[in-house]
Amino acid sequence: MNREELRALVAQLLREEAPEAPEPPSAPEPPAPRPGAAAPEVPPVDDISQLDLRKLYLVDRPANREAFLALKARTPARIGVGRAGARYRTVTMLRFRADHAAAQDSVFSQVPESFWKDNGLVYVKTRCEDKDQYLTRPDLGRRFDEANQAVIREACGPSPRVVLVIGDGLSPKAITANAMDCARAIAQGLEAGGLSLGKTLYVQYCRVGASDHIGSLTGAELVCMLVGERPGLVTAESMSAYLTYEPRIGVPESARTVVSNIHRQGTPAVEAGAHIASLILQILEHRCSGVAFRREVEG
Amino acid sequence: MTAVGRALLSVGIDIGTSTTQLILSRLHVQNTAAAFAVPRLAITRREIVYRSGIHTTPLRSETVIDARGVEAIVAAEYRRAAVDRSAIETGAVIITGETARKENARQVLAALAGFAGDFVVATAGPALEGVLAARGAGCDVYAAEHGAAVLNFDIGGGTANGCLFDRETCAGTGCLNVGGRLVKLEPDGTVAYVSPVLSGLSPPAVGRRVTAEDLTPLCRRLAEALEEAAGLRPRTDLSRRLATDRLPPLPPPGALLSFSGGVADLIDADPTPPWLAYGDIGVLLGRAIGQSALGAAPRFRPRETIRATVVGAGSHATSLSGSTIAYEGVEFPLKNLPVLALSPAEEALASPALAEAVGRKLTWFAREGGPVVLALRGLPSPGFDDIQRLAEGLLAGLAPLREAGLPLIVATARDMAKALGQAMLCRLPRPRRLLALDGLELADGSYLDIGRPVGSALPVVIKTLLFQ
Repeated sequence: MNREELRALVAQLLREEAPEAPEPPSAPEPPAPRPGAAAPEVPPVDDISQLDLRKLYLVDRPANREAFLALKARTPARIGVGRAGARYRTVTMLRFRADHAAAQDSVFSQVPESFWKDNGLVYVKTRCEDKDQYLTRPDLGRRFDEANQAVIREACGPSPRVVLVIGDGLSPKAITANAMDCARAIAQGLEAGGLSLGKTLYVQYCRVGASDHIGSLTGAELVCMLVGERPGLVTAESMSAYLTYEPRIGVPESARTVVSNIHRQGTPAVEAGAHIASLILQILEHRCSGVAFRREVEG
Repeated sequence: MTAVGRALLSVGIDIGTSTTQLILSRLHVQNTAAAFAVPRLAITRREIVYRSGIHTTPLRSETVIDARGVEAIVAAEYRRAAVDRSAIETGAVIITGETARKENARQVLAALAGFAGDFVVATAGPALEGVLAARGAGCDVYAAEHGAAVLNFDIGGGTANGCLFDRETCAGTGCLNVGGRLVKLEPDGTVAYVSPVLSGLSPPAVGRRVTAEDLTPLCRRLAEALEEAAGLRPRTDLSRRLATDRLPPLPPPGALLSFSGGVADLIDADPTPPWLAYGDIGVLLGRAIGQSALGAAPRFRPRETIRATVVGAGSHATSLSGSTIAYEGVEFPLKNLPVLALSPAEEALASPALAEAVGRKLTWFAREGGPVVLALRGLPSPGFDDIQRLAEGLLAGLAPLREAGLPLIVATARDMAKALGQAMLCRLPRPRRLLALDGLELADGSYLDIGRPVGSALPVVIKTLLFQ
């Protein structure tokens, strides 16, 4: 369970260290501080999560600071953080916890109502009643009750070729940050390829498997779902697209084509949308998605 | 997703002042993106599969290249390597040093590029030559992997091409008239030829019989010019006069020096060949460099010396565009496309002003009459509306090209071409002829060649075409 996983990880991080072994009788004197070994300064900030980690190099007396910064610019990994004795420095520890907290917050936050209203999306909700139920009952996040089923049938009409769905998933932040730019690029890309989209659905408390229920209800040839990814420590704004050809209740997960890592520092949302549009056209042409599609295009 | 493990067969041909060489290399293309991410194709390995002999560049006279002779060399080397012209998928011919100043350089280059393969690109220009030689020598990889700065001089028959790599970036190039064949000698030591670029350095008179000692002061002066260019002594008129276009940027403290080209092998040669071994001043120039401050400076030993430029042309001239691009109604390859680059300020304009800026660029170029590449940096993570504004502005500005029946070609540095291309396609009447590609840093005045798609990316050669 996601929430428990996160809690367990945080708990582990905060766990008290095991009691230290008794000191040997003739413990050496602690070494005198090395001359000129003052730790690199961290600029004062009000919000620690505003520090750009890729530009923050904390190693004391580095052999080649510029070269390490060039490496840091290419990875979100927390490298070159220096140390205080055998441990992280305070800034590293606090930032790690802040990023953890942001990830948790993101899971428990909600997409605001204005998001689907202002963007003209059709709102539906899975069988989940609230966030806690959503996190603990994945099965309910894949199905709709009868009232919502009727809304879906009405909005999509019979046997649409492609239904575009936006779902909150595990990161509402990912959706507010990326989904509309991506969705509009998908619509434009399909239009450039001669295919027009109907109404776009917004699904609250959404799991990827909800695609299959939507497919079964409408007879859609393809469902493309944009959904928030489980937040990580690098970004809480990463979104994925799941494309399923002939999604029906019971299709295996191997039938899904996935485009992941859609966010500001990953694939930009509009460019990902353009790519997804051509994937959709290809999947319709090959009449399969997922592993089968991959085999087809790779021969 | 596609083209996993694909390889392109690439040719490099260097027609230099003194030598003509050819290599074949295999450029391995792989998808380097994580599974489930948007594909990102890249050249992951460059493997040299054939090296020709080192031929004397055939000349009909001091001012005319023997085009047939060069073609015969290429044809014979293809036969020896057992490859057919049709198997060559990419590559570059570069005409370098004094050869680029011959009367028929441009024609020979164009004919040879066509002769060598369908997408073999014609290139010329000291800056490009300097970069290709430094990359062929391996300076770029060393500088990037070691966080170092490496200044390479590729010293051939006519010129010394400097190129500075500072960590990941090429910090600049510069070229001097310093080379082994600026003075040619008969086997008995009689001076057969003196390049006019040496006037002012009291070169020996043609027809005079000279000794090594007579030529040593001249070679020392040439080495001093390189010392000045390398920042080992203050720059004076000596290096400025010998510069063909400009001197390379001064390297930062702690930079390494590197030497490639034919003269490089003579710097540390042990034992030194007889001074008249090559019928020119190459041996003496190499010795003078080795004995100067250049020889004592910290050095990077390149993996290629005399073949650095040809390896650069064969293995490093071709790169790949981004993997999410858009095109329709365009036939590849597209060759010698002039690049018109928008400034960052122009890019940021609203649609009508942007269209005007593009239109102005086009009128400057109207005389050429062919397709052009409109280059812009683009936005780091653009919104959908940013893309629409850009698409509208570009289309309005490029309208004269469309009306002339030419394909519209737009290249961005940032990853946004597929979205931009689709936004433009939606607004174009049929038949639509458009190419939008990204991942390319293009400067005004350069040229772009674009080959047939490799998976979802396009092989490209960014180049200059400068003849003197």
